[in-house]
Amino acid sequence: MTDRPTEPRSDTGARDRDALLWQGLGQSGDRPAGRRRKKGADDGSRETPMVPRATFQSYYGRPVLKAPVWKDDIAYYFFLGGLSAGSSLLGAGADLTSRPGLRRGTRVAALASLGVGAFYLVKDLGRPERFLNMLRVVKPTSPMSVGTWVLTAYGPAVGLAAASELLPQQLRRSVLGRLIDSLARPAGLSAAALAPAVASYTAVLLSQTAVPAWHDSHEELPFIFTGSAAASAGGLGMIIAPAAEAGPARALALYGAAVELAASRRLEHRLGVESEHFHTGRAGRELRLAATLTAVGAAGTLVLGRRGRVAGCVAGAALVAGGFFERLGLLHAGAASAVDPRATVQPQRARIEAGRPARS
Amino acid sequence: MTQDNRLYGPLDDVAGDAGHVGHPPRMGFFTDTSVCIGCKACEVACKEWNLLPDDGFELLGMSLDNTGSLGASSWRHVAFIEQERPIAGQDPGVIGTPTGPSGTGATATSVAEALHGTPGRGSELGTEPVDLPMPSFELPGEGTGAEGRTDFRWLMASDVCKHCTHAGCLDVCPTGALFRTEFGTVVVQQDICNGCGYCVPACPYGVIDRREDDGRAWKCTLCYDRLKGGLEPACAKACPTDSIQFGPLDQLRERAARRVDQLHEVGVPEARLYGEDPHDGVGGTGAMFLLLDEPEVYGLPPDPVVPTRDLPRMWRFAGAAAGALVVAAIGAFAGRRP
Repeated sequence: MTDRPTEPRSDTGARDRDALLWQGLGQSGDRPAGRRRKKGADDGSRETPMVPRATFQSYYGRPVLKAPVWKDDIAYYFFLGGLSAGSSLLGAGADLTSRPGLRRGTRVAALASLGVGAFYLVKDLGRPERFLNMLRVVKPTSPMSVGTWVLTAYGPAVGLAAASELLPQQLRRSVLGRLIDSLARPAGLSAAALAPAVASYTAVLLSQTAVPAWHDSHEELPFIFTGSAAASAGGLGMIIAPAAEAGPARALALYGAAVELAASRRLEHRLGVESEHFHTGRAGRELRLAATLTAVGAAGTLVLGRRGRVAGCVAGAALVAGGFFERLGLLHAGAASAVDPRATVQPQRARIEAGRPARS
Repeated sequence: MTQDNRLYGPLDDVAGDAGHVGHPPRMGFFTDTSVCIGCKACEVACKEWNLLPDDGFELLGMSLDNTGSLGASSWRHVAFIEQERPIAGQDPGVIGTPTGPSGTGATATSVAEALHGTPGRGSELGTEPVDLPMPSFELPGEGTGAEGRTDFRWLMASDVCKHCTHAGCLDVCPTGALFRTEFGTVVVQQDICNGCGYCVPACPYGVIDRREDDGRAWKCTLCYDRLKGGLEPACAKACPTDSIQFGPLDQLRERAARRVDQLHEVGVPEARLYGEDPHDGVGGTGAMFLLLDEPEVYGLPPDPVVPTRDLPRMWRFAGAAAGALVVAAIGAFAGRRP
């Protein structure tokens, strides 16, 4: 084998990142020894390869999967939905343990964050005017359908609990006002009962995709989501409630921050291409920022939390911001891994090479 | 109705599992890439029949492939792969004759220098006199001999939605816009889809996508309208080499097995089927392929798994996390007096 063709390959200069993977791959042919040949030299490169090709192969480096079409709106919803769920839990607890300041703030915050979150949820649809089509079916295999129905039950409960806090004084003595007041506690407790589902279903929603970073992290994501919901709602509770009543908010925030940090750490310290997109690029920066903010917020809560409202506000704000960047980072990590053909192909190829392909 | 393997594993009667009674047999595609000539008639026929809008007129620099991938408006996609390896089992008609680069080193150098000297680096080729040496009358490649021959093969494959037994897109669709037809195929109802986009990352093959201007998700319908009228899908109808074959899936599986045996006999050991196994990660596909290299070379995932397989496990972990949150919330209030 002397001269290689001087004519460039047609994929030379292609814009795709890994387009040149093909060049110089040096694949040897798969032609068997006993094949019919009339004459002509055989340069030895046609022997059946004895070892499987170790090189990662792809079609011009193009993604195998489609990038998720969800914009940052969805991360906002994940964050706000978690904030609402954690606030509902705090509101119900404050109601039962007679902490009116914490109760009032968290009930209103639960409704406000759910409202804004639902706005972003609908806004991200390709056809927002058709959002009610979500209520056509009940579909247990679709976490989005399950979540829709959970939210359908959760929303009115949150709304009723918040309405009793927002009711103008002159309406309180009316029939409607008394009805709302009497329903506030059952509604708040119903909202709290549904809140853990609101905080965790979104993790299943992300995991039930073919996106490697999301699917492979289905053990950790629910703990990150519920932990982050607890941390950010606790942080918000520290901001909006008087320091004397904010003890449970601080405790919930510390629990949430610990779970979120531990689960994230487990996620990011896996080996190989599966965890790569949690470290690199925009997602990596956002997740590092989220971890830093959450850790700072938790430390501040622990050390300064009882010292007064201002210290509590600073620590609480750090926790809220940490929860926000966590969701943003997770969304972007998934998007990056979806369009990386290595993340799709390499683990699957490794399964096949190890003799463990998916079988039923 | 009550079958096992409703989320994962082989499923004999997919349409029946979806509630269809007295339905026709499951229909599908068998795309035999060994006879694909890359004419793209399937792409064109699909666009014409389904009135698909264009999705850009880009030159991608990927061999003859300027479609790039399947998408919301490309429901057939012909992949072109150029490889420096022999065309196994095929006699190109040049064995024993010297083949190789079509020019000698002298002409190549001369042309290259002439091109380099022109203002447009050859873009105005033919408008300027170029000084070439005397043409040679030898056969192409004779100067380099048989050793200088280059192994080359061109793989072409028409990709399409797989119409999986366990379809990730169908499982996650929250509106019921995606549904299983009586033919066992998976179709989007465009009057219902609200563009939530969940199906897009749920597909392990990266098939379905959302149109940006339209906001809804689109993919191959296996020409549901034509099937209803007793016609074969447009791409199969247009395929001049029968690389795309349409029919009842049982028959196609037999035909595919016979074809791969035949290719192995004539010396194409790399021929393999893709998607024909009901025990694979998606329960077997409704559109299977005969490939001449690893699936990832064609841009196909080598071992796809429907995400729904792990759904019960995911909910268990979510349940554990939710339970822990409840305990934590109760613990946050317990033992504290305001």
